[in-house]
Amino acid sequence: MAVADPGFDLALAKLTPERIEQVINSVLSQAVAERMKLFLKTCVHCGLCADACHTYLSRNRDPDFAPVAKVRDTLGVMLKKKGRVSPEFMKNAARVAFIECGGCRRCSMYCPFGIDIATMIMTIRRICSLLGMVPQFIQDTTNSHSATSNQMWVQPDDWIDTVMWQEEDAQLEVAGLRIPLDKEGAEVMYSVIAPEPKVMAQLIANIAVLMTVAKVDWTMPSADGWDNSNMAMFSGDLEIMGRIEREHWERALELRVGKMVMGECGHAYRGAVYDGPKWLGWQGPPLPMVHAVELYYDLLREGRIEITDKLTEPVTIQDPCNIVRGRGLHEKLRYVVHALCDNVVEMDPKFEHNYCCAAGGGIINCGAPWKMARLKSIKIKATQLKKTGASLCITPCHNCHHGVVDIIGHYHIDMRTSFLIELIVKQMKIPEGLGV
Amino acid sequence: MTERETERETGREKWNWDVGSRNVADLGKLRAAYTDVHELTVSADGERVAAPVVAEDGSFRVAVNGEVWETELEKAWHLKFTPDDRLTALVRVDDMWTVAVEGELWEQRYPFAWNTKFSADGRTIAVQIKAGMEYSLCINDKPWDRNFLSIRNYALSDDGRRAAALVQVVELVTADTETFAEGTWSVAVDSETWDEKFIGVWAPVISPDGEHVAVQTRTERFAYTIALDGAPWESRYGCVWEPGFRPRGEGLLAPVRTGASWSLAEDGEPLWKTPYVQLWYVRFSPAGERVAAVVATDFGRWTVAVDDRPWGCTFGDVVMAPVFSTDGKRVAAAVRHEGRWTVAVDGEPWSHWFDTVWDPVVGAGRGPVLAKVKNQGAYGLAVDGRVGAQRYEHLWDPTFSPDGDKVLIRGVQSGKYIRRVVLTEELG
Ligand code: SF4
Ligand code: SF4
Repeated sequence: MAVADPGFDLALAKLTPERIEQVINSVLSQAVAERMKLFLKTCVHCGLCADACHTYLSRNRDPDFAPVAKVRDTLGVMLKKKGRVSPEFMKNAARVAFIECGGCRRCSMYCPFGIDIATMIMTIRRICSLLGMVPQFIQDTTNSHSATSNQMWVQPDDWIDTVMWQEEDAQLEVAGLRIPLDKEGAEVMYSVIAPEPKVMAQLIANIAVLMTVAKVDWTMPSADGWDNSNMAMFSGDLEIMGRIEREHWERALELRVGKMVMGECGHAYRGAVYDGPKWLGWQGPPLPMVHAVELYYDLLREGRIEITDKLTEPVTIQDPCNIVRGRGLHEKLRYVVHALCDNVVEMDPKFEHNYCCAAGGGIINCGAPWKMARLKSIKIKATQLKKTGASLCITPCHNCHHGVVDIIGHYHIDMRTSFLIELIVKQMKIPEGLGV
Repeated sequence: MTERETERETGREKWNWDVGSRNVADLGKLRAAYTDVHELTVSADGERVAAPVVAEDGSFRVAVNGEVWETELEKAWHLKFTPDDRLTALVRVDDMWTVAVEGELWEQRYPFAWNTKFSADGRTIAVQIKAGMEYSLCINDKPWDRNFLSIRNYALSDDGRRAAALVQVVELVTADTETFAEGTWSVAVDSETWDEKFIGVWAPVISPDGEHVAVQTRTERFAYTIALDGAPWESRYGCVWEPGFRPRGEGLLAPVRTGASWSLAEDGEPLWKTPYVQLWYVRFSPAGERVAAVVATDFGRWTVAVDDRPWGCTFGDVVMAPVFSTDGKRVAAAVRHEGRWTVAVDGEPWSHWFDTVWDPVVGAGRGPVLAKVKNQGAYGLAVDGRVGAQRYEHLWDPTFSPDGDKVLIRGVQSGKYIRRVVLTEELG
């Protein structure tokens, strides 16, 4: 049954074949078109990528869901017909690009030619975005980024007020705790994603506890730019993507911090380190960027925090695509998890071979209309999770976290999820002088 | 002029420029007397150092040179000296926020107040406020007579008579992408909104004479331009960055993106001819005849262009906003390359590199270029790239005397806040 999404259906009514042709050809300029054609021409239809894709595997090996089919039936046709495709065709292409591929890049790892399916999918999303054919909920998130910089329409006072409130709350646990706002020259600027102040404020208190115990010289900005998330990157609105990444980095540069540390989020890492800087003309992030996993790893290794309680229940680990396949943080992640847990049961496959959660790449942000499609496309993760027999899944990424919560709910798996920071603050020693 | 430059210009001739060093406040004593002493703020003339302090019972006060304001506060933060050297703080009392000026609280109280800004002479103090569930501005303790669904940022004119805010004027229900695309944002000038609505508005600026307001606007989903006094330029661009008025009022400049490259436009017409990979932070010489901007001449190759002529050397990580000397003849900028910072002056980087460098201070003539720098956690004052023997636990930007012969240094050494005036020729 077709899913109703006003983002698609309203756009469909307005689109003309002429407009579609013009937009497709503007995006698929000669150089881009040649590159895409080369990708498609290089493909020898060996099918290795299909076996790598969770949507294909989860949907009973339906050939329509094989990576190469997803781009051949969409971008391939656009190229062949030089943009002369119908509005209905575009609607289907948008569904495939936004819902059936999260750009996890697992397929490219198995392709003998490294064909970059994810880049082609993102090119389709760009075309869809220019045509105004974007799922309503991720478009709303992009609109929020446009109007407020942050992902969830958080008002400027709500951000500051929440930080202050979390600081006061955390002071009940750790004496002398601070969340210094706008501190120039701090060693670290910490940034979060907007759902934290909006619905998961405790995570801000948690990081404040960690920073205080580890004696990190840190700060958070009070002005816009505090949110490191970037759904515009996934909705194809590259101009807004660049704008908010500039603002994010501008806060860190103005404060002249030594480095930026971001919370447990994968896509935000990708946006701040790769996609954002690239669009803005930076060869990489203008200051060092450290993911929370790397921060925890460093603090543990340097002995700046001490774990006194370890979990004994079976625990498994979700490897977020953007920080594991994209950045190789799986070993550091294991180091941190093993410091916290005695009984780690690895998923099979693991590390960079682990399956995506199917929530990332903007898919979960496409909202309720697509939830069932998303969950159908990730049955393989449910099987993988069940096999571990673990009662807790560590998800060091907001998308993974919510994606796995949905999977265990839908497939009735007896498992909880946790961010690393939640375990760290519970299991870490609060030095005597800091006790309340 | 930036706020920072304005601060330096205000009343400098009246400051004490006698050469010598003075311990203004013993911070150790303050730390001993209170449970916590938060971040320090120093007046432009260097005579006062202030910080929020927390007593054992958790109550806040504001300490200035070791003496505390009488009023007990539930919270105090964002301490800032006005350009005319009055100390302001954002404070919470009885669960309501307001502004405190030299210990006196404004009468107006709000569920929240933040983002303090000052006029160039310091006589006007403004904040954003939350009033009920709506938003407005409060200027010199007097709120605008209109509230808005949201205010994202605002600007004050140099003379403090005018204020311009980015305001949401159409209510949006959850996920109403259609209404959003029709335009829900505008600009309010002295609380009166422009007739035009836009998808997006950013970074308001007011002309030096206070007569005009310009913003970046998003007129369609993928069309951007600059709007001046409510009227968008005719040209549309793929993206734009913050506009700037020429100091003498004539001409509004903004970086604009066409295709995949950036250039500089004036009043909607191309000004610079070179296409750049990036162009932002447009700055004017004090008299307005020269224009400098940060540009990327190639992917990952950053430098400063003056009047469309990029410096010969480029930097890999980042180049910060260019700073003109007071006579407009020299341009300097903090730059970062391969993980280290320095200052480049007229295209020549200093020979020494640091962990961090702040924006340079450039006087007139051939005098030295100064910058606050940090290496291995200690601050120092770099003079043409060389750091003298003095190390500081904290340091603020140095300031030249009006004739450039002396430099005011404000820093913390051995737990004491020190005000020091030295002869420029003896620096370094
Ligand atoms: S979801 Fe991942 S594996 Fe599947 S096609 Fe997209 S990038 Fe490839
Ligand atoms: S693995 Fe590569 S070559 Fe094989 S079918 Fe997939 S894209 Fe084509």
